[in-house]
Amino acid sequence: MKRIYMDHGATTPMREEVLEAMLPYLKEIHGNPSSFHSFGREARKGMDEAREKVARALGASSPEEIYFTSSGTESDNLAVKGIARALSSRGNHIITSSIEHHAVLDTVKHLGEEGFEVTFLPVDEYGMVDPKDLEAALTDRTILASIMMANNEVGTIQPVEEMARICHEKEVYFHTDAVQAIGHLPVNLEKQPFDLLSLSAHKFYGPKGIGALYVRKGTKIKQILFGGGQERKLRPSTENIPAIVGLGRAIELAVENIPEKSAALTALRDRLFKGLQEEIEDIRVNGHPTQRLPGNVNISVAYVEGESILLSLDLKGIAISSGSACTSGALDPSHVLMAMGLDHQTAHGSLRFSLGKENSEEEVDYVIESLKEIVERLRKMSSVYKK
Amino acid sequence: MYNEIVMDHFQNPRNIGEMTEPSGVGEVGNMKCGDIMKIFIKVEDGVIEDINFLTFGCGAAIASSSVLTEMVKGKTLEEALAITNKQVADELGGLPEAKMHCSNLAADALHKAIEDYRQKQTA
Ligand SMILES: Cc1ncc(COP(=O)(O)O)c(C=O)c1O
Repeated sequence: MKRIYMDHGATTPMREEVLEAMLPYLKEIHGNPSSFHSFGREARKGMDEAREKVARALGASSPEEIYFTSSGTESDNLAVKGIARALSSRGNHIITSSIEHHAVLDTVKHLGEEGFEVTFLPVDEYGMVDPKDLEAALTDRTILASIMMANNEVGTIQPVEEMARICHEKEVYFHTDAVQAIGHLPVNLEKQPFDLLSLSAHKFYGPKGIGALYVRKGTKIKQILFGGGQERKLRPSTENIPAIVGLGRAIELAVENIPEKSAALTALRDRLFKGLQEEIEDIRVNGHPTQRLPGNVNISVAYVEGESILLSLDLKGIAISSGSACTSGALDPSHVLMAMGLDHQTAHGSLRFSLGKENSEEEVDYVIESLKEIVERLRKMSSVYKK
Repeated sequence: MYNEIVMDHFQNPRNIGEMTEPSGVGEVGNMKCGDIMKIFIKVEDGVIEDINFLTFGCGAAIASSSVLTEMVKGKTLEEALAITNKQVADELGGLPEAKMHCSNLAADALHKAIEDYRQKQTA
């Protein structure tokens, strides 16, 4: 059976070029970059080059502002906790949004349990944070605001530059989780005033289990792992050299020709949106009509539950995801959709298609046709379907 | 994640659709969890002659409603009342742990349908 992958928001396949770059470091180059000898030096060289590539891709002023971590999750944890630990004598208030990935959301909640004051900013029906709400939430005890660059479920692109400026007027640090944005939205830290930025290689055709945190020079941050002196003591543990090299190569490729790639993906996305809306009755678009990631399509199908659709699509070889509680093992549907004010039925019937560079128009058309059939079938057996 | 029996019932659900003039109807579940099952029964001489279902829910919810209709057809009301959610899951060869309490409610819906029938009888 031909399989169609439209779940790039979950992870992406690794590019051939990335594998090629990694192979020597999985084979002959096996040294520990902290070692004094030639084995260590050649590993360090690979790591240093990767760090330079990441710095260049982001427009960072120096490779020293890049810290490798094990994942997007770890980068988010380090950013939020690391700032909280470093600045707890100055203030105890942290601001984030109600639609962050759990890597930020639950870290902030955890700090709340420890005694920090925490604010979760609301979003509008499109999943957008209002910078005015951020401004109003700032107090003289605020030390950090963390707002994602683009949301992983509904793709809404947040006004993060404006929010970073608002924070800086009050001398508050600003962190952005750019895990979903890299390769889709241009990032240039020379112009964008973020103090910290998280990224994860597997979302842009790199390997899984490797991420980075950008920390602007002079930012006060403390380590959350303790051990050796790696990553200038901010993130100890022997570096995962093959993955770091893969991350470097992947980000170099990801930031090439962003306008062209985004335009192509947006065209494909809009074809999918249009086809679904034309072919299937009673569906609703979730997220912002224009301020959204190029590859993100999120809809709710009325009268049917998301997992049953996912299961049916999977039988046809089509891979997507849903914000229904049933697909996450949780008891509640997606916190993002609920924060946007969706009712339970609409959230349970939500589907996310996240397109990538291998997807074609034919695939999009096949998915529309397949979904139409599946929805008709499931609605026939639905207890809430009103004909 | 689901076994073959569950997938068979999910792909080829038995006895779906609304029933005209049912003897009893039972509905369980709520939209918060995302599963709502509706069971329709036709009773003659204390025996369930016909049974249909409509379900909004995940694969497990659909499969458990479907298999229940097969388990129940031709049974007396007493026999039907003795059927438990656990037996429905067993008949499916088991369900993932996470689905056991939220999506495995078909027997409850059946019991409500029988209750509904009995109330109509005494009314
Ligand atoms: C917005 C966002 N932040 C953080 C993460 C976590 O990244 P990782 O899977 O590398 O831990 C993800 C990925 O699921 C994400 O989409």
